Amino acid sequence: MISMSEARKTNEMILENNLDVRTITMGINIMDCADSKVEVFCEKVYDKITKKAENLVKTGDEIAREFGIPIVNKRISITPVAIAASACKTDSYVEIAKMLDKAAAEVGINFIGGFSALVQKGITKSDQILIDSIPEALSVTERVCSSINVGSTRSGIDMNAVKQMGALIKKTAYLSREQNSLGCAKFVVFCNAVEDNPFMAGAFHGLGEGDCAINVGISGPGVVRKALEEIHDADFEVLCETIKKTAFKITRAGQLVAKEASKRLGVPFGIIDLSLAPTPVIGDSVAQILETMGLEYVGAPGTTAALAMLNDNVKKGGVMASSYVGGLSGAFIPVSEDYGMIRAVEAKALTLEKLEAMTCVCSVGLDMIAIPGDTSESTISGIIADEMAIGMINNKTTAVRLIPVYGKSAGETVTFGGLLGYAPIMPVNNFDCTVFVNRGGRIPPPIHSFKN
Amino acid sequence: MKAIVTVLGKDKVGIMAKVCVYLAEKNVNILDVSQTIIQDYFDMIMIVDVSKLTCSFGDFTDELAELGKQIGLMIKAQREEIFKNMYRV
Repeated sequence: MISMSEARKTNEMILENNLDVRTITMGINIMDCADSKVEVFCEKVYDKITKKAENLVKTGDEIAREFGIPIVNKRISITPVAIAASACKTDSYVEIAKMLDKAAAEVGINFIGGFSALVQKGITKSDQILIDSIPEALSVTERVCSSINVGSTRSGIDMNAVKQMGALIKKTAYLSREQNSLGCAKFVVFCNAVEDNPFMAGAFHGLGEGDCAINVGISGPGVVRKALEEIHDADFEVLCETIKKTAFKITRAGQLVAKEASKRLGVPFGIIDLSLAPTPVIGDSVAQILETMGLEYVGAPGTTAALAMLNDNVKKGGVMASSYVGGLSGAFIPVSEDYGMIRAVEAKALTLEKLEAMTCVCSVGLDMIAIPGDTSESTISGIIADEMAIGMINNKTTAVRLIPVYGKSAGETVTFGGLLGYAPIMPVNNFDCTVFVNRGGRIPPPIHSFKN
Repeated sequence: MKAIVTVLGKDKVGIMAKVCVYLAEKNVNILDVSQTIIQDYFDMIMIVDVSKLTCSFGDFTDELAELGKQIGLMIKAQREEIFKNMYRV
């Protein structure tokens, strides 16, 4: 029998601490849509997506209603378009992006991910067409998300691609200048990208996946913060136990939703992504968890240690609650989407360099950071190269989602709206790295003995 | 199938009566009730049996929420699995 106090506690988490399931993401394989005619390819992909995901939103809403837990987003990820469309005889994939946008609108989802390419070891003709199409594709569509994997621990870092990323991001920022360069918020550069990530903008349906899968991203930073507030200044053992127990509960809620969605949609359950994903709502913040541990602001000395501990214990609690944990699984530290991060940047407690250090111990990386619009292409490429190196050497996923806001400079504020939030524009180290970035070629993969 | 019904809001006469009448109409059996008043706020949790419910569970949750709106309260019905899953290893 359920105890009344447990029922009360769960409802308190949902009503007061913003517990929700962040996303149900349906991964769809589109390799079977390949065709040399781009119009035929588009038609086949559109039909497959709208058929497979026909009931995705309805089912998500039904589950939310019956269990009384909000399911914020319903989304779709597809096979990287650069691979699936490589037989198409065309010199632009913008039409494909438009079709994906239309399919996403048709099934009622807010984002579709997979306008992507994996170029860690080299760039195919199709990869290049996709890369060249991204700036326009992101400015003429609303729901399409794009990602490029430029490095991996096994292959090293493709610096030819890294060099192109700086220019790509600047062009995307320019083309979407009317919306505060919002196009860049839908584009992420990865090292060690994962195949079953349900979170945007980096979601795509990997080649090792089945035809269709349901992946669920949990949330709940507000719940963790509340639990930590209740233990006051207890020692680290108690702190870790509390995080683990809370992560267990959050993950179980996600697991229940995932299993139910999988059953009702007749699609196999893939994974639960344990990432604590913040929102701009006050209290639903990863930064505030770290501050509750005893930091004046996130960014203060001790931040990296606090984040490392949080990330590790979320995983420890989460893997106990679900046998199939995957995706990015950790703590996200996007700046514009997290009230505590925004406040810390405004107080000058948090810098780009400290964020880079934090990405060494948590999932993903430099995320949703607004930088001055006049930042050079090579500086952006240099920042990407640094972040990719952290991922490559440490055998983890890292990512960069920078927004060089057109026409704005450091200290100004930019608003993206909704879950994407708002951000103070952070200053960037502008000392030159052009010669390094322009060398061309590939940084070889690291050796895995002599760990120091 | 069991469900949890939560009622929260400013206290007034007849809350219990209205909720219970609705539950009886829908053929829902009440198994357990916990109710307190905290600073004028009515806080009740019921464990109910909905296996003989005369409508779909989705409609049941919507109608309860609507009833809540009419009397100025928040009423929520949830399937019990969410609670079981979160607290049992």
